[in-house]
Amino acid sequence: MMQSQFDIVVVGAGPAGMSAAVEAAKHGATVCLLDEQQRAGGQIYRNVAQTTPAQAKILGKDYLAGGRLVQELGQSAVDHRAGVTVWNVGEDGAVTYSRNEQAGQVRGQHVIIANGATERPVPIPGWTLPGVITAGAAQIMMKSDGLVAQNAVLVGSGPLLYLVATQLLAAGAPPKALVETQTRRNLMSALPHFFGAVKDWKQLVKGMRFLVTLKRAKVPRYTAASEIAVEGTDHAQAVTFRAGGKDHRIETDMVLLHQGVVPNTQISRSLKLDHRFDDIQRCFHPVTDALGQSSHPLFSIAGDGAGIGGAKVAAISGRLAALNALASIGKIDAGLRDTQAAGLIRSRQSELSIRPFLDVLYTPPEEVFAPADDTIICRCEEVRAGDIRKFAAMGCDGPNRTKVFGRCGMGPCQGRNCGLTVTEILAAEHKRTQNEVGAFRIRAPLKPVTLSELSALSDTIHQDKTQ
Amino acid sequence: MFKPLETPPSDEQLSFTFDGKPVAATRGMSVAGALFQSSTDAIRNTPVSGSARGPFCMMGACYDCLVQIDGVTVQACQIPVTDGLVVSRVPNTHKGAE
Ligand SMILES: Cc1cc2nc3c(=O)[nH]c(=O)nc-3n(C[C@H](O)[C@H](O)[C@H](O)COP(=O)(O)OP(=O)(O)OC[C@H]3O[C@@H](n4cnc5c(N)ncnc54)[C@H](O)[C@@H]3O)c2cc1C
Ligand code: FES
Repeated sequence: MMQSQFDIVVVGAGPAGMSAAVEAAKHGATVCLLDEQQRAGGQIYRNVAQTTPAQAKILGKDYLAGGRLVQELGQSAVDHRAGVTVWNVGEDGAVTYSRNEQAGQVRGQHVIIANGATERPVPIPGWTLPGVITAGAAQIMMKSDGLVAQNAVLVGSGPLLYLVATQLLAAGAPPKALVETQTRRNLMSALPHFFGAVKDWKQLVKGMRFLVTLKRAKVPRYTAASEIAVEGTDHAQAVTFRAGGKDHRIETDMVLLHQGVVPNTQISRSLKLDHRFDDIQRCFHPVTDALGQSSHPLFSIAGDGAGIGGAKVAAISGRLAALNALASIGKIDAGLRDTQAAGLIRSRQSELSIRPFLDVLYTPPEEVFAPADDTIICRCEEVRAGDIRKFAAMGCDGPNRTKVFGRCGMGPCQGRNCGLTVTEILAAEHKRTQNEVGAFRIRAPLKPVTLSELSALSDTIHQDKTQ
Repeated sequence: MFKPLETPPSDEQLSFTFDGKPVAATRGMSVAGALFQSSTDAIRNTPVSGSARGPFCMMGACYDCLVQIDGVTVQACQIPVTDGLVVSRVPNTHKGAE
C-alpha cells in the first residue's frame, strides 16, 4: 500500500514545486510531490530530463538549466508521483488525485500549492477555430512531441512570444510573421522602470538578442497592431489586422496566440483563500506573505501561482515556502527559518527587478479586456462578450451570476478560459474595480472525474482508516 | 501545420486509431500531438453551435481536446500514445447534428 500521510504535500513539479520538495526533504520532512505531467519540470522545464541534443539546441540554455533541479529531485527522498491530476484539496490538508482512472489521496500537515501559471486567454474574433493554438502549446509540442509549427503567425505580445519565435526559427521553421500589440505608448510608460530593470541587464541583453535574431532571419514584425482577427470557416485561413495606418491580411493555417501568463488560481480559489487583483499584471493572485503563507494556516503558495515572476523567482519562492511549511509543523524553529529566508528574499528581490519594466511594456491591449460584442469569450459554452454586457444591463453584477444568466463558466474548463474576461467586462459595465466584481467561485472536482474513480477512492480511504 | 523535428526525440514508431483510421506516432507523443502531426486538428464539434474545434493549450487547461477512450471522455493532450490505443470522437451532441 502506498504511503498516504506526509509532513508536507506539494502540488506541482515545476521549478517552484521541485525546489520546495527538495528543500523540505533536506530538513528531514517526509514529502509527497504530485504533478499531472509524466515527468518533473513544469512548464518551462517540461521534459528536460528526456531531451535529445537536437532539442537542446533548439530550446536553449535557460531550458537546459532545469536539468539540475530535476536531478536533485531524483536524488532526494521525495515521493514524486507523476501523471497524477489533483482534483480536490481539502481544508484539512487531504489532497485527492486521479491517475489512469484510479483515484488516490494523500494528506499533508502542510500543503504547498505550486501549480504555476496558464496563458492569458486572448479572445479575438476567430480564436476558437482549429489551427489557432497558444504560443505555449507550440512550445510544448517542441518539448514533448518533437513537432514544429510551420509557417506560423505569432500574435500578441510578451517575452514568451519572442522566445517561441526564435525556438521555431532554430527548429528550421521560421515564423511567417509576428503581429505584436505593444505600442510606443507602452514603451514610454515602461521607461521609468528601465533603471530598475538595468540591474538585470543580462535578461535585457537576452531579450534584445531575440529581436536581433528575428531581424537577421528577416521575420516580418508588425507592432502596435489592432483589430486583430482570425479568418476562416472551419479552419484558420488568415490573420487580419490594422498596423501603421493600413489594413493587413496574412494567409496562414497556423496562428499562435500569446498575451503573457497569469496565475492558475483553481486550487487557491477552491479553498476560498484571499485573492487580490494586481492592476499592473492585470490578473488575480492569492494573497501571501514574503514566505508564501496564504490566508489559511495549512497552505503556502509558491511560484507563478502566487504572482508572475518567472522560473528563477519560482525556484526561490519554492524554497521559502518549504521553510515556512517546516516551521509551521515544527520541523525547524522560527529562528532558523528567518536566517535562511533572509538571503533568499534578497536574491528574489534582485531577480524581480526587471519585472515592472516587462509588465508595463507588454501589458495586453484593451481589446483583450473589452472584446467586441460578437467575440466568443467562453470557449466551452460559446458565450460572447455582448452576452455578458446584456446580462450586466439586466442586473448581473458578478461572475457567478453570469452562470445563471447564460452558462458562462459552466463548461468543463470551469472558467479557466473566460474568468478574467468576464471580470473585466463586468467591471467596465458597472464602473467598479475588478476586486469589487470578484471572480468565479471554483468547486471541486477541479477536473471531471468518473464514478468508478470515486467508488475506488472510497474503498482506499476506507482501507486506510481500518488499517 | 506541424512537421517532426529533424532529429525526432524517439525513433520508436507507434500506431493507434482515431475514429477507426490509423494514426502514426513516435514514443513520447500525446494523442493530441500525434493528431496534429497527421493534420487532424478539428477533432470534435462543439455542443452549442456544432462548430469544428481542436486542441488549443496542450497543457490540460482548455478542455478543447476532448476525445473518448474506452467510452470515457478524456483530454487528448494529457494522454501519451500507446501502441494500439483506440481513440474516438466524442459524440456530436449539437442539435443540428445528424
Ligand atoms: C505553456 C507555458 C510555457 C512556458 N514556457 C516558458 C519558457 O519557456 N521560459 C520561461 O522563462 N517561462 C516559461 N513559462 C512561464 C512559466 O510559468 C514560469 O517561468 C515557470 O515555469 C513557473 O514555474 P512554477 O513552478 O511556478 O510553475 P510551472 O512550471 O507551471 O509548474 C506547475 C506544475 O503544476 C502542475 N499542475 C498544475 N495543476 C495541477 C493539478 N491540478 N494536478 C497536478 N498537477 C498540476 C503542472 O502540470 C505543472 O507541471 C511558460 C508558461 C506556460 C504556461
Ligand atoms: S489542449 Fe487544452 S486541455 Fe488539451
